[in-house]
Amino acid sequence: MNRYETVFILTPVLSEDQAKEAVKSFESYIKKNGGKIKHNEFWGMKKMAYQIQKKSTGFYNLVEFEAEGDLVSKLEIEYKRDERIMRFMTVSMNKDHIAFAEKTRKEAAKA
Amino acid sequence: MASDIRYLTPISIEIKKEKYCRFKKNGIKYIDYKNPDYLLKFINEQGKILPRRLTGTSQKFQKRVNKAVKRARHMAILPYVADMMK
Repeated sequence: MNRYETVFILTPVLSEDQAKEAVKSFESYIKKNGGKIKHNEFWGMKKMAYQIQKKSTGFYNLVEFEAEGDLVSKLEIEYKRDERIMRFMTVSMNKDHIAFAEKTRKEAAKA
Repeated sequence: MASDIRYLTPISIEIKKEKYCRFKKNGIKYIDYKNPDYLLKFINEQGKILPRRLTGTSQKFQKRVNKAVKRARHMAILPYVADMMK
């Protein structure tokens, strides 16, 4: 099992509830295929640094999960097929990255 | 004689500031690609990555900076090309 982190951008065409629904559907996909969700963060509507598909804003979402490596490729196919997703990136987390993520989460919980 | 040249004011010799790697000094191990404000220190106003000869970053961390900036660009957190960023 490895720890992965995915950031994806959803189209601003959706409403906020629809965007959250899309996030949930991907969460359930991860759970169904033997992954464990560690953390989920919905950043909401954000302005992008450049236009993607002629749109300048998007809903950002971050998912942190534990899974076997073959789930990542399956998940990425799923992202590619979905029209609601404009951009995605999955990175595997090393121990420094995990420590950093957990530290920032603790600090956020305190504040 | 040539050796007798005296200056009215002592010649100022430029003392170069010792460069250091800010990551090694502060004990930072992971550079987050999701924080554009922090990454702004390592790019110029056109959005290009600054060389380590200017920032003083060690090679180990320059690689990580590069990776973080490139990831941020992909996720539209930082621009690929820009003008007057700072």
